[in-house]
Amino acid sequence: MELVAFYIFATLAVAAALFILFTRNLMYAAFCLFLSLVGVAALYVFAMADFLAVAQIMIYVGGVLVLLVFGIMLTQAKRTGANYVEVENGGQPLRLTMAAVLLVLLIKVIYAADFALAGEYQLQKSTIHTVGIHLMTTHLLPFEIIAVLLLAVLTGTGYMAYNRIKSL
Amino acid sequence: MTTIPITHFLVVGAALFCIGLAVATTKKNAIGILLGLELMLNAVNINLVAFSRHDPDLIRGQLFALFVMVIAVCEIAIALAIILRVFDHYKTIDPDKINRLHG
Repeated sequence: MELVAFYIFATLAVAAALFILFTRNLMYAAFCLFLSLVGVAALYVFAMADFLAVAQIMIYVGGVLVLLVFGIMLTQAKRTGANYVEVENGGQPLRLTMAAVLLVLLIKVIYAADFALAGEYQLQKSTIHTVGIHLMTTHLLPFEIIAVLLLAVLTGTGYMAYNRIKSL
Repeated sequence: MTTIPITHFLVVGAALFCIGLAVATTKKNAIGILLGLELMLNAVNINLVAFSRHDPDLIRGQLFALFVMVIAVCEIAIALAIILRVFDHYKTIDPDKINRLHG
């Protein structure tokens, strides 16, 4: 039962990603990225990472997708019909072959590998408690560095966008 | 309750990574390349989270995935700001046509 649900969400994620690869409408590609990310969030739930699943949906759907759609709308040179954002796909045969070869190689390696896993897979209720404790104790330094980085990114992007408006 | 083998997660991650690589190399648009990068980062996160299942006390994989997520968001924000500036200057964001260092 769980395995069937896993396959459904994995298929959703991979199929949406394939649609991004083959579509020529950038707006559809952005919305399919959203579908793919929702599928990945469901996979996090199957891997017992509930906090990460919620964070994934909030960060990517709430932040990244809106940002990407704004970026797409602000960078269209000429209007070619109703909401149609066309993008050429270049050099597909060689690059698709390259990616397919890499995929075959990776799958071969994954099935050949014998992972020395530390412990058996354990069922747990929720990881929020553990994540909170570790972020505030063992991972405090990276946590603070991330906070400073976010501040720097905020000021940097704001500065660039501000100068852009002034120069128009 | 059946347990999902770790190879399933790894295969899905590998598939998403390769699709993301193909997207990032074929799209003739800087935002399309960003979409491919996001897919690749998510594929890596799947692997980290899947291995983190076997480390329930110190869930290092999940913590690392959380940091990767934040860095990915920072990258997208900065990349979009740069893309807007590039678009103002060149009136296109096709990476093949942006070929002058000094405008």
